[in-house]
Amino acid sequence: MSQIGKYFIFLGSLFRNREKLSVYLKLVLDECISIGVNSVFIVAIVSTFIGAVTCVQTAFNLVSPLIPMYIISVIVRDSTILELAPTITSVVLSGKVGSNIAGQLGTMRITEQIDALEVMGINSTSYLVLPKVIAAMLMFPLLVILAGFLSILGGYLAGTLSGIISPDDYVYGLRSDFNSFSVTFALIKSVVFAFLISSISSFQGYFTSGGALEVGQSSTTAVTKSCISVLIADYLLAQLLL
Amino acid sequence: MAEALQSLCKDKNIRMIEIKNIKKAFGDREILAGVSGTFKPGDTSLIIGGSGTGKSVLLKCMIGLIKPDEGEVLYDGRDFIKADDDLQTEIRREMGVLFQGSALFDSKTVLENVRFPLDMLTDMSMAEKTERAEFCLQRVGLGEAGDRMPSEISGGMKKRVGIARAIVMNPKYLFCDEPNSGLDPLTSIKIDQLISEITDEFQITTVVITHDMNSMLEIGEKIMFLYQGHKLWEGDNSNLTQSNVPELNEFIYANKLLRETEQQ
Repeated sequence: MSQIGKYFIFLGSLFRNREKLSVYLKLVLDECISIGVNSVFIVAIVSTFIGAVTCVQTAFNLVSPLIPMYIISVIVRDSTILELAPTITSVVLSGKVGSNIAGQLGTMRITEQIDALEVMGINSTSYLVLPKVIAAMLMFPLLVILAGFLSILGGYLAGTLSGIISPDDYVYGLRSDFNSFSVTFALIKSVVFAFLISSISSFQGYFTSGGALEVGQSSTTAVTKSCISVLIADYLLAQLLL
Repeated sequence: MAEALQSLCKDKNIRMIEIKNIKKAFGDREILAGVSGTFKPGDTSLIIGGSGTGKSVLLKCMIGLIKPDEGEVLYDGRDFIKADDDLQTEIRREMGVLFQGSALFDSKTVLENVRFPLDMLTDMSMAEKTERAEFCLQRVGLGEAGDRMPSEISGGMKKRVGIARAIVMNPKYLFCDEPNSGLDPLTSIKIDQLISEITDEFQITTVVITHDMNSMLEIGEKIMFLYQGHKLWEGDNSNLTQSNVPELNEFIYANKLLRETEQQ
């Protein structure tokens, strides 16, 4: 419980004694590149294959001749937008981005760089963590949109190239009974997940003490806690919003 | 530029640091058991003692990285511990700190590291900031190293960059945490001399944590000896070797060369 209290105090300190706006603008842009642009490749690979696998496995399970083939792409679409794109992307990013953030801040802590900021009179949490949180909340929705698009495209390629479903059926299924709130829901999830991953990883890294071994442990803990928090938040959001 | 800086530092009545009855414990382990002292402007004051005697904890209490359990740290009469956030920030911006590992930012060049406090805390133009940072780098003898990354320079150079960054904001108080750790004796002496010169030149109140005997003999204008969290002795380098404190004598004469010299 004390850790949770410490986490909320840490979040509160992000907004105290802030620096000039121009400072944050540059830092947020840098972090957008680090968190967003540098994650495009892994997100693209994971989401394309997840879409392809979802399509093939759904077709494998559709054994009744009474069920039309376009249901495959309906399932690919809904599972992608509602769950796979936001959640799986966030779990993957909690590994990549979370460990990076925790490792970076942990190293800065043990090499006294954070202490150096503090004694200069700079709020180190606000300077180091706030840009990461803002950048993650800006970039995660974009990555989730990309993941959703590529996942559906992956399903289309796997389905049509292997002859499981015709292109017309696939596109018909995608447009059938589409509920646009699914997209809103996915974007809300991505923003919440971005906040959780970036803040929890920063918290773990910021309070690292010791040496190189502890930096590694902080990174591992950051990834574990981020993943668990994403899955809990996923359930709670589904209960609240659907 | 140097004259302008010196003119800012003329008033010797300010820049005094006083610590009163500083106590700190971690759990049941008492680290500082009521340490008091005064550090005057223009003096290079040394806090010495063996490993684990509380030197670094005392320094961290003084610069606000650790909150003491009891006691006061006064900067020109302003209580740093009890100060609100704004006053603490104001006092912190009057400090320069050289950390044990230099604490340079890995992702910035040497020049950017030195300019960083100016970038963050002043409204100076880029040309003015760069001129000031280059002046400080030249003052520590690294005028040509501005474009290099911290990973490309030696330990001694990192310490010099750390000193340049510490003085770039024209601080009233300079704190150095073991400035000689990991350096060869010759480089150590150069760093000590540089700290002493800068202290004198800009009339800074300098506090150095060290257990290096050369430093004590070279620049110790005022020395405070800590032992198991207590201040056991205070004086200067001229009477350091003549104390009747057994713990201090044991600490000083741990060095074989000094022991033999004293016996002769």
